[in-house]
Amino acid sequence: MDELTKIAYNCKKATYLIEKQHIGEITLREKLELKIHLAGCRVCRIFQQQSTAINRMIKNMFHQPVAENIKLDDKFKDELQHLIDKQLEK
Amino acid sequence: MQSQNSNNTSLDDITDPRAWVAQHADYLYKYALTRINDEKLARDLVQETFLAALERLQKFEGKSTERTWLTAILKNKIIDIYRKKASAFVKEPAVTFAEYETDDFFEPDAHNWKPDHRPAEFGIEQPDLLESKEFELILQKCLKKLPSLWLSVFTMKHLDDEPADTICNHLRISPSNFWVIIHRAKLSLRECLQKNWI
Repeated sequence: MDELTKIAYNCKKATYLIEKQHIGEITLREKLELKIHLAGCRVCRIFQQQSTAINRMIKNMFHQPVAENIKLDDKFKDELQHLIDKQLEK
Repeated sequence: MQSQNSNNTSLDDITDPRAWVAQHADYLYKYALTRINDEKLARDLVQETFLAALERLQKFEGKSTERTWLTAILKNKIIDIYRKKASAFVKEPAVTFAEYETDDFFEPDAHNWKPDHRPAEFGIEQPDLLESKEFELILQKCLKKLPSLWLSVFTMKHLDDEPADTICNHLRISPSNFWVIIHRAKLSLRECLQKNWI
């Protein structure tokens, strides 16, 4: 198999490059390889779309204001308060 | 050092440790819990953060907000935990892309998708779903299934947008291991979403 045929079928490499490109840099050669692969591989095109969407969702999820449902219970807060007060009295 | 002529702001004006619990405990707890998926550990970290902050109280100059300062202390503690978790992995030699196994997703020789693992459209291609609470729950569930080191790497990247080399330094992993982890984590996460949503 010549190099181009190899990349055309190599979904492992293509998805790796997709991830690398998302958050870092890939070389010109890698960009070309990825382009060739994606032109012929619908499954990896879907992967790429979904991967982008997942990154966006994760960002959204973590950058929301403090969610109502995640809270420390009052008992633990009382203990914390007590601990701080004690330290300050030292 | 330049002497400060401005009227001596006393520590009491810029921070009041007695109000920390009421003002910041829930925030810090959520911050810790989203990064370390362990309620008990997250609570301990909040406590340790307050104690460490009290010890360093004199060093707080009010240049950043109280919350930013406390969060920075907490963040360092979280990185320590990530690093401890990473250390077992780091002892293994760095893998190159060619060496690393993804046979659970791809055919061993041709490296194309195994039929059972092929991505199919399942709706996240449309922006509507991005807002869906139900989907967010599944995403959280799937994130929890990731091995802890992957989750650490993934969290530092996507949550705090740290550059790859900062993450590698924090966790003392090699760049090639970093990319392998990112790739594997995404493959697993995507598959988990597809399986649980459809």
